[in-house]
Amino acid sequence: MANIIDRRLNGKNKSAVNRERFLRRFKGQIKDAVAKAIKGRSITDIESGETISIPVKDISEPAFRHGKGGVWEPVHPGNQEFVKGDRLPRPQGGGGGGSGSGKASQDGEGEDAFAFELSREEFMNVFFDDLALPNLVKTQLTGITEMKTVRAGFTNDGTPANINIVRSLRGALSRRIAMAAPTLTELDESEEELDELMESGMEADLDMRERRRRIHMLREKLAAIPFIDPFDLRYNNRVKQPTPSSQAVMFCLMDVSGSMDEQKKDMAKRFFILLYLFLQRTYDKIELVFIRHHTSAVEVNEHDFFHSRESGGTVVSSALNLMKEVVQKRYAGSEWNIYAAQASDGDNWDSDSANCARILETALIPVCQYYAYIEITEGEPQNLWYEYLKVKDAHKHFAMQKIRSAADIYPVFRELFKKQQGVSK
Amino acid sequence: MIPISTGSEWTFDLIAEYDAAIREVAVDEFKLDVYPIQLEVITAEQMMDAYSSVGMPVNYHHWSFGKHFVATEKSYKRGQMGLAYEIVINSSPCIAYLMEENSATMQALVIAHAAYGHNSFFKGNYLFRAWTDASDIVDYLMFAKQYIGQCEERYGISAVEELLDSCHALMNYGVDRYKRPEKLSLAQEKARQTEREQYLQTQVNDLWRTIPKRERDAGAHAAQRFPSEPQENLLYFIEKAAPLLEPWQREIVRIVRKIAQYFYPQRQTQVMNEGWATFWHYTILTRLYDKGLVTDGFMMEFLQSHTNVVAQPPVTSNWYSGINPYALGFAMFQDIRRICEAPTDEDRAWFPDIAGTPWRDTLEFAMKNFKDESFISQYLSPKLIRDFHFFALRDDDRDDKLEISAIHDEEGYRKVRELLADQYNLGSREPNIQVWSVNMRKDRCLTLRHTMHNRRPLDRGSACEVLKHIARLWGFDVRLESVDTDGSVREHFEIKAPAETMAY
Repeated sequence: MANIIDRRLNGKNKSAVNRERFLRRFKGQIKDAVAKAIKGRSITDIESGETISIPVKDISEPAFRHGKGGVWEPVHPGNQEFVKGDRLPRPQGGGGGGSGSGKASQDGEGEDAFAFELSREEFMNVFFDDLALPNLVKTQLTGITEMKTVRAGFTNDGTPANINIVRSLRGALSRRIAMAAPTLTELDESEEELDELMESGMEADLDMRERRRRIHMLREKLAAIPFIDPFDLRYNNRVKQPTPSSQAVMFCLMDVSGSMDEQKKDMAKRFFILLYLFLQRTYDKIELVFIRHHTSAVEVNEHDFFHSRESGGTVVSSALNLMKEVVQKRYAGSEWNIYAAQASDGDNWDSDSANCARILETALIPVCQYYAYIEITEGEPQNLWYEYLKVKDAHKHFAMQKIRSAADIYPVFRELFKKQQGVSK
Repeated sequence: MIPISTGSEWTFDLIAEYDAAIREVAVDEFKLDVYPIQLEVITAEQMMDAYSSVGMPVNYHHWSFGKHFVATEKSYKRGQMGLAYEIVINSSPCIAYLMEENSATMQALVIAHAAYGHNSFFKGNYLFRAWTDASDIVDYLMFAKQYIGQCEERYGISAVEELLDSCHALMNYGVDRYKRPEKLSLAQEKARQTEREQYLQTQVNDLWRTIPKRERDAGAHAAQRFPSEPQENLLYFIEKAAPLLEPWQREIVRIVRKIAQYFYPQRQTQVMNEGWATFWHYTILTRLYDKGLVTDGFMMEFLQSHTNVVAQPPVTSNWYSGINPYALGFAMFQDIRRICEAPTDEDRAWFPDIAGTPWRDTLEFAMKNFKDESFISQYLSPKLIRDFHFFALRDDDRDDKLEISAIHDEEGYRKVRELLADQYNLGSREPNIQVWSVNMRKDRCLTLRHTMHNRRPLDRGSACEVLKHIARLWGFDVRLESVDTDGSVREHFEIKAPAETMAY
């Protein structure tokens, strides 16, 4: 008799380790593929896995095998019209040679891609590998300012507003029952004795008077038990617990003056997407604020932010001022983690640059978790860049980078959010 | 007789009943000799797991298995591929997997095919008897997994992975083709392993003997070759002679070599093994039908599946991808039975030894004593060559045209048979590469020799990749020469020793 075993309940992920080994081994290629995939995605479409392709030749396992050439004489089934001695033209594409075992085409090299599914989690992990938000850990672990009050049972003292009526009255009732119990027993006894005396009909006035006096006294004693006593009072207890803030607001600031063409905006968009992706992994809730500016700044929706184009000069400080206002109006207080990303081509009205640096230093950087500035330009940096450089030297959570082409975006992103030493641990 | 089941749902009781009925036919009636059987019911996911670890129930971890898993999973999820409904392991007890999704009919088919067909082949065929020890393989794999796991802990995953990569590249060259190996035996392996580790290192060899012991004899020794004869087992040579490997690295080379050896018979008996199993599932289930144990519906479902399995698209078809081993093997075993039971004059002329003999004994003999190559050259009949419309196509790179060199006619039978048999000869299918010499006096350069067969060259790209792996194992330069039959070197490849060798 065969031994029949039900293995269905055994673990099914026996290959999990091997799968992980595979991902680990081709980390480099997978990362490239992920970076490529990100470029093709829109900002709303980030929460999904991805089909990743990596070149087959990178992952092939080599073995000695025959190449084309020499003499082959394979046998095939299904002859229809050939007779011995027929001569046929060699098929183009080299189908003839090497098909000795009929397998050559299967493991042949070719430039095919090896495609496979990366789960959402794996996708994100690859993408954010070894990145960490600067100061994020600090905010969560040490710099907690947000407190939340939570219930923690009941206490004996507190403010009248916190009295818990049910608990207090329940306490009072039990106290009254407890305090009255011995007196009630005595009262019952006395009343019984009095009844007996009265029934016996004997003249025992003195005794009866004595009993009545006692009953009266006991009744008074019962009545004196207070309905409620300070001792009964119970108060709701609330304690404050530190909670990490789980919401963030991300400011996207972009120059939309004439010199920002579509290509530059596209690059800026990708930069914003990447920041958004990263914040999304860290915070439950993220609000986005889009501020575009030329000589004056205005808050707009996402579509207008990326798709409208203005002409004219550039006054960067207008955007910074607007951001300052918005922060004060809507995102004041410690429950918001504020992140800002500013993209520009570096043009600014000359005498405005120093002003920008001042606003940053006094108003924005102190409230921001992180402020990132990218300059998308081919040319030499202008004075805004130099002013920002000074800010950068003074503040660790201000970062700036220059990018030239779309291919620079991913490295720049990594650079911006590279783990800051001493913070991550 | 009442049919065992009428619906398509299976239950454990039904499986047991089918197994009992099949056993009665296979073992009692047809006298198949089998290992004890273990049927394991698994899910599709588990089937994919089994797939990717080359069907073994346990195996060490390696990214290449992950790659297979990922690829299998992808094509299965997209519906491009159904999972094969059977995997069977050459072990004792013989483990056959039954997939949960299968119908009762398919479960019966798998039991007949895998648990009785393949099982009896594993137990009977001379290659399996000589090369593998079914009772020890699972234990050995457990040991291998543990040992490699320990190495990963001690030396790091990357170091082990690199080593395994290199060994895998040589897996087809880890076998002594002509020498009978010792069987795998876990008990001996373990007992000897520690001993071997220490001993081996002291033995590593002639390569380190830089100072000749007797100066006077130096002249006589100068011409001595190392190795004294060409070695066909590259992995064995590396395990024993690579100068820079650490003991644990040698042990891992050995593990890969042993596992390669375990799979070696399977690579040589594809047509026979599948043909045998297919022949028996067909014979057994048909017998069950004759006995009234299965319904017409059962047979329809079974035959539909069976027909798919043994379909052989012609060369002109878009689906053509070489000869289907199930089709050829099944046809050949059926044909041998036909020759025994109802021989024609042609059969009597071609197969005087077997025409008219009891078919069961003849089949048993054929199964036990051949591999694909010899099986075909012994038993492929003219009738089958005609049925398959086999023809041979000569492709000579010195000729600007292809030539039909033989077809299924009186003149061509022998040639077609010979060529087809050769197609299954591992020796001509895979390049013949052997260790030729080691330069012991100078740079310890290892020279390999590829003996060309029919002027077939090596594929340059893959050869260079494999040589890099060999150089990594060897630790010094590696050279490969392609030598034509006349002894002249046609081509050579050279790979420098990796700057950073694997040794620590």
